[in-house]
Amino acid sequence: MEVFFTKLTALGGPLLLGAATTVAITLASLAVAIVIGLSLALIRLLGFRPINWLISIYVEMFRNTPVLAQVFIIYFSLPYLGMKINPFPAAVIGLGLNGGAMLTEVFRAGLNAIHYGQREAALAVGMTPWMSLRYIILPQTWRITLPPLGNYSIALLKDTAVVSAIAAPEIMFWARNLVTSTFETTFVYILAALLYFCLSFPLARMVDGFERRQRAWQ
Amino acid sequence: MIEDFKGFLAVYVENWSDWGPQIYEAVWVTIQLTIASFSLALVLGLLLALGKLSRIGFLRGFCTAYIEVARGIPALAILFLLYFGLVPLGIVFDAFTAGAIGLGMSAAGYIAEVFRAGIQAIHKGQREAALAVGMTPLMTFRYIILPQAIRIILPPMLNMAIILLKDTSICSLISTDELMLRAKDLAMMSFLPMHLFLLAGAIYFCLSWPLSLITRRVETMMQRGRRQTFGG
Amino acid sequence: MMEVGLAGPLLQVEDIHKSFGELEVLKGVDMTLDRGHKTAIVGPSGCGKSTMLRCINYMERPTSGHIHLDGELFGETRSGDRYTPMNEKELARQRAHVGMVFQGFYLWPHLNARDNVAIGPMKVRGLGKAEANELAEAMLEKVHMSHKIDEFPERLSGGQQQRVAIARALAQQPKLMLFDEPTSALDPELIGEVLNVILELAEEGRSMVLVTHEIRFAREVADHVIFLHDGVIVEEGPPKQVIDKPQHERLRAFLRQIVEH
Ligand SMILES: Nc1ncnc2c1ncn2[C@@H]1O[C@H](COP(=O)(O)OP(=O)(O)O)[C@@H](O)[C@H]1O
Ligand SMILES: [Mg+2]
Repeated sequence: MEVFFTKLTALGGPLLLGAATTVAITLASLAVAIVIGLSLALIRLLGFRPINWLISIYVEMFRNTPVLAQVFIIYFSLPYLGMKINPFPAAVIGLGLNGGAMLTEVFRAGLNAIHYGQREAALAVGMTPWMSLRYIILPQTWRITLPPLGNYSIALLKDTAVVSAIAAPEIMFWARNLVTSTFETTFVYILAALLYFCLSFPLARMVDGFERRQRAWQ
Repeated sequence: MIEDFKGFLAVYVENWSDWGPQIYEAVWVTIQLTIASFSLALVLGLLLALGKLSRIGFLRGFCTAYIEVARGIPALAILFLLYFGLVPLGIVFDAFTAGAIGLGMSAAGYIAEVFRAGIQAIHKGQREAALAVGMTPLMTFRYIILPQAIRIILPPMLNMAIILLKDTSICSLISTDELMLRAKDLAMMSFLPMHLFLLAGAIYFCLSWPLSLITRRVETMMQRGRRQTFGG
Repeated sequence: MMEVGLAGPLLQVEDIHKSFGELEVLKGVDMTLDRGHKTAIVGPSGCGKSTMLRCINYMERPTSGHIHLDGELFGETRSGDRYTPMNEKELARQRAHVGMVFQGFYLWPHLNARDNVAIGPMKVRGLGKAEANELAEAMLEKVHMSHKIDEFPERLSGGQQQRVAIARALAQQPKLMLFDEPTSALDPELIGEVLNVILELAEEGRSMVLVTHEIRFAREVADHVIFLHDGVIVEEGPPKQVIDKPQHERLRAFLRQIVEH
């Protein structure tokens, strides 16, 4: 038992440090993805054909290729073009662009779910299109997209594991390092898996909560 | 600019005799890995769904816990645990087997939830109504239960297949010799990472996009059927 | 501007045409509404009633023709003979003077009854929160909805939702109210409460244009009835004349069909 706790404190520290990085990468990528996704979903509504085509190409490209390939392309190709990039920003850009493609679809579905009459009523009371977006459309979109956004956040949290492949210092990266230095292979990888579970489980419960509330609304 | 692009393409032409056969071989491994892990996930997922709906408390608890855990852990962590973490316990898999089992075990959590939603959505009353109009149990299953279950289950299943196809790339990190690893190896040898990762990305796209189109097609088909069914 | 000064009519609709692609829905419609007057528009489904109403507050831009509200050109600016469409911001400022009530209510589901009414005055006219709430409470009282002031739309019946929607339009303190079949989406037993509220508003001397299939109600509140058919006004006049002694066969057929229901 004592041996177990000594091991736990020795190995837990670095892994917790990795967990902090995992959370940081997740939050930063999520922010990038939300900004991209919401902007593109809104731009799409304007209905400029060529721009919508470009958006579709972006969405399809990133949704139909592995996020690992995307991260590799960014991390290994930018130096080739003469730009040095560190693992952390490369990870955030890769995951953020990937998420932007996912969330463009999520926000589009959310916007489509709002009846056009909502906007008309806003214009009728004298709101400008911007005001109707800000006070009427977006608050409702937000409410509709919260569950899929939560689900996406969980998927993103788990996807961050792959950026260990470009040496971003998150949980899996630290786990691999600890294994080479301590040979506690089984213990370290179980601990790493548990750590992810501890991060994602509360999120999953929250999403469940949103979904139940939403069903109650309907 | 155009010259740059020509030069860029020329690299592929120049190296194709070397890269082509290797990439081709690796694509096959990726496809096999996808099929193997998806098949495992289907079987395991169905068992888990039935277990979660069963009346046996212990079984229900176990399956519920499995589903939650599988959905809360990155597939990569499961792969590392299977491939590296079990070696000290004397359990050794080759990289392909570890990859297929790990991805399958991970995806089974989602697939179980899809099956469960499909099974639960079919109200008991419909079965009784079908029996009441004189259908045999077999006819009931064939004409009432199955079409509805497929409608609910098929689109997310296809989505899962796409996700698995893309996720096979992480098996490169446990040295399964699939497309991503081969691209990486060739990149390191040739010092042409951009060319090889873009090539790999393009191949994944060619495999995944048709599946995406089919999925979207099926989704709209199912929705149309649904509207007709409920007269909305 | 001399001919439509403050002493002139409240609303002037001049030769409005409206096409959607190939389909010409309005084929030259004129109408005039004096302050405090009420015009009812009737006609078969698809004849262009909603389009006509939506052109009045420029929810649809007419293909040609002009609207004047209170002596001001609506939705356009004019220099010499050139008319230029307004931008959305100027348009919004003008629309704030016209209240509109829709067939489908379109209450905002994320806001409770009070906020549905208060948000317009707050954001459009820049009223403070307390002031806007006070106004909302007064308007909700007018439509007899004070008891549901904190409820969200999904917890209200159709009739109650429509009354809140009327309060929302009233809170604009509009010069003109537009009603587009305000009771058509309601169960029969809920129609009365909404018509009562509209009747009370009419008796206050508000100016309104009302599209409705409730012919008896139209005869009661309106001082002018327009029968629209295929995008043109076929017959118009005081209700006693248009509804009780219809001249055109089409109008007669329309009225017969309505009464049968
Ligand atoms: N935005 C639009 N685009 C195309 N056609 C429209 C549009 N709005 C209305 N219409 C058409 O114009 C005609 C008149 O519609 P509407 O004014 O709503 O009729 P009413 O309100 O009298 O029933 C209908 O044929 C309708 O299909
Ligand atoms: Mg209409």
